[in-house]
Amino acid sequence: MDNLNAIELRNITKRFGPVVANDNISLQLHKGEILSLLGENGSGKTTLMNMLGGIYFPDEGQVFVDGEEVTIRSPKDSFAHGIGMIHQHFKLVDVFTAAENIVLGLEGDKGKLDKASIRKAVREIADRYGFDIDPDQKVYNMSVSQKQTVEIVKVLYRGANVLILDEPTAVLTPQETDKLFKVMRNMKKDGKAIIIITHKLHEVLDVSDRVVVLRKGQYIGDVETARASQQSLTDMMVGHSVSLNIKCPKAEECKDRLRVKNLTVLDKEGVKKLDNVAFDAFGGEILGIAGIAGSGQKELLESIAGLQKLQPGAEITYISPEGEEKSLVGEDPLDIIHDGVLLSFVPEDRFGMGLAGSLCINDNVMLRTFRRGKGNPFLDKKYPAGVAEKIVNDLEVVTPNNNRIPIRRLSGGNVQKVLVGREISCNPTLLMTAYAVRGLDINTSYTIYNLLTEQKMKGVAVIYVGEDLDVLLELCDRILVLCGGQVSGIVDAHSVTKEEVGLLMTQFRKEGAENA
Amino acid sequence: MLEFLTSLPTLLHSAIVFGTVIMLGALGEILTEKSGNLNLGVPGIMYIGAIAGLIAAYFYEVQGGGTNQIICLVVALVAAFAASMAAGLIYSFLTITLRTNQNVTGLTLTIFGSGVGNFFGCSLTKLAGGQPGQIKVPITNTVFTAYSEKLVKWLDDLTPHIGLGNLLFSYGFLTYVAIAIAIAMWFFFKRTRSGLCLRSVGENTATADAAGINVTKYKYLATCIGAGISGLGGLYYVMSYIGGTWESLGTIEALGWLAVALVIFTTWKPIRAIWGAYLFGVLYWSYYYIPGLDRSSMELFKMLPYLATLAILMIVSFRRKPEDQPPASLGLPYFREER
Repeated sequence: MDNLNAIELRNITKRFGPVVANDNISLQLHKGEILSLLGENGSGKTTLMNMLGGIYFPDEGQVFVDGEEVTIRSPKDSFAHGIGMIHQHFKLVDVFTAAENIVLGLEGDKGKLDKASIRKAVREIADRYGFDIDPDQKVYNMSVSQKQTVEIVKVLYRGANVLILDEPTAVLTPQETDKLFKVMRNMKKDGKAIIIITHKLHEVLDVSDRVVVLRKGQYIGDVETARASQQSLTDMMVGHSVSLNIKCPKAEECKDRLRVKNLTVLDKEGVKKLDNVAFDAFGGEILGIAGIAGSGQKELLESIAGLQKLQPGAEITYISPEGEEKSLVGEDPLDIIHDGVLLSFVPEDRFGMGLAGSLCINDNVMLRTFRRGKGNPFLDKKYPAGVAEKIVNDLEVVTPNNNRIPIRRLSGGNVQKVLVGREISCNPTLLMTAYAVRGLDINTSYTIYNLLTEQKMKGVAVIYVGEDLDVLLELCDRILVLCGGQVSGIVDAHSVTKEEVGLLMTQFRKEGAENA
Repeated sequence: MLEFLTSLPTLLHSAIVFGTVIMLGALGEILTEKSGNLNLGVPGIMYIGAIAGLIAAYFYEVQGGGTNQIICLVVALVAAFAASMAAGLIYSFLTITLRTNQNVTGLTLTIFGSGVGNFFGCSLTKLAGGQPGQIKVPITNTVFTAYSEKLVKWLDDLTPHIGLGNLLFSYGFLTYVAIAIAIAMWFFFKRTRSGLCLRSVGENTATADAAGINVTKYKYLATCIGAGISGLGGLYYVMSYIGGTWESLGTIEALGWLAVALVIFTTWKPIRAIWGAYLFGVLYWSYYYIPGLDRSSMELFKMLPYLATLAILMIVSFRRKPEDQPPASLGLPYFREER
């Protein structure tokens, strides 16, 4: 009798100290199907998959591959059973080429590193599934999507029959996502079974055959994608119905807050990252910034925060709530913060700027507050502790026991909540957030949307750099669309359509010029 | 000036002898650091290698009355290599298995090694009569410094003014072994799968682990074998450099730190260690051949190798070439299930 299950998990339990990450989970992956694993942050999806990938070992339960019980103690065992896992954070060596990364850890013939034959094998895989890859390119020269391609080719090269993709689209542009899905469908046709972990419901509906939902470490159920909808999946995921409508009330009055003109920024190679950008931001409104990743969003926010070197002629004028005008060009970043201009940028690794991974929540809050009480040589620890407490309660940050463990030990979503919560706690007059909900589950995303709207209603000018167009359209009052460093349009969020914004995002794009 | 030029061959000669000590030390450390372990115990390991080789030779030759040159050679080499590996094993166990801080552990190992070396060195001196320099292992010393006089003379005759034979072939075999190790290491890193695996462990340990590489095994092996090679530097020092005796002036330690500096100078590339070591030798000994220096300016000149290292560091950080950077995981402990 032919076994239909490529993978079967039976009664898997994994604990981290007192926390039960996976509670008695059973799950099947059929051959030749794409299975979505859906769940909120901290619901145990990655933990469960890591046990297939050999990173963790289950405390209880059994794993079956092709109907036979197996023990996966290490990534090597995992490969041996034909399982290839593509982690959220790429496991690549930066100074190696694509080909070197692909063969890493394999025996090969007599330990020799025969570059020509490796190159050939890589090309074969690329042609078969439609990948775009240069075997001799060094990883440090690659864009995120190219790195992901290397990861996938790596597991295919090892002959994986089961691929596990952990949030593969979190860092991709819509076009790159489409490309990835195409490749995934090709692999499915080839008989591979694929598990994809994602938060984006439309992607789940788009690419998968079946959906398995986890919640708080427990198996909630599985459903054929054809019979699922965004609403039904959200219900399964969060346990209670979440309205998909984001509230966007109108503020009573809109005041000028920021005027930007002639803003041009060059990168190290002298390439224009921002080209003659001009816009206004008003207190009492959320200005959305849309654009393909790397279109100048980061540079724009950093210019305002005083972290970029501007080309001469740029004007950035800040208008305080009292009506005083002040130029921010050439201002010290610290002075800009004192004016009430605050930036929370969530980078891909969540720690790049803003938070110190080894400090606890309280101390991370203190990074913003320690200058209070000038003249007192001692740190005021009480105030930040109170702020931290409030962030933890308001945003439902899940911390083990107390707020005193290093923040890098928290899950990514919780780290992000702390970052955004801290910036809001500083009573900004201009609040800039970038990718504030990246990788967050729906519930938390809404908490953050509400926080931003609350700020807006208080008269704060909010600049929101986002990835999800649906959210931008619903959350923001106006949307500024960036394209290759230029403003390709500023539109009214309530009257514009998604397609129109999408068009603006790609309008100035030169063919193949931008890859990031 | 003329005086300096005529003394150039002598300068190069002492530079090569000097360079071999630090080349071996540095090569071992390059191997170690490629696995992500920053072992600052190199000076200590060189002490341990030196004293172990000397003790073994002394007991075979002087106490045991052995005269077989081959046995002298093997006994000294094996003792030095094994003792150094044992020191590497201590370091590995502490940093890899118990995950202690690598810097602190390495520095402690240096202090430990110099203590061990000088304790046994002085005991051995007492055994030999009590006066410094009284330990003699003549047969072993001869084996370690032997070279083909025929070849040297033949080449010298061909190049009468330069004395190429003397310059190139008048050293003990370890000089050439060091060069061979450097080339072998280059081949290992660049052309073999194991070399690729080792480099990946030092660059990105989690990635190596996820690729199914036995991180612990690679780290242990690289660190222990690396320590063994570094220890040979110490052996070369006692057997060739100072002629088969012991001195407790702390020179080995100074050379050990120079070896660590050389690792940085080479930007972790074994081939560069060959000419880098000789260059360090020239820079170090140049004070001896520059006329008219008083004692204090001599000491200033001894600073040159460190200045060269500093210059390289600045150039490397200015050029920002990823290939010239230290292994990315250097000095970081690794624990798989850490979140």
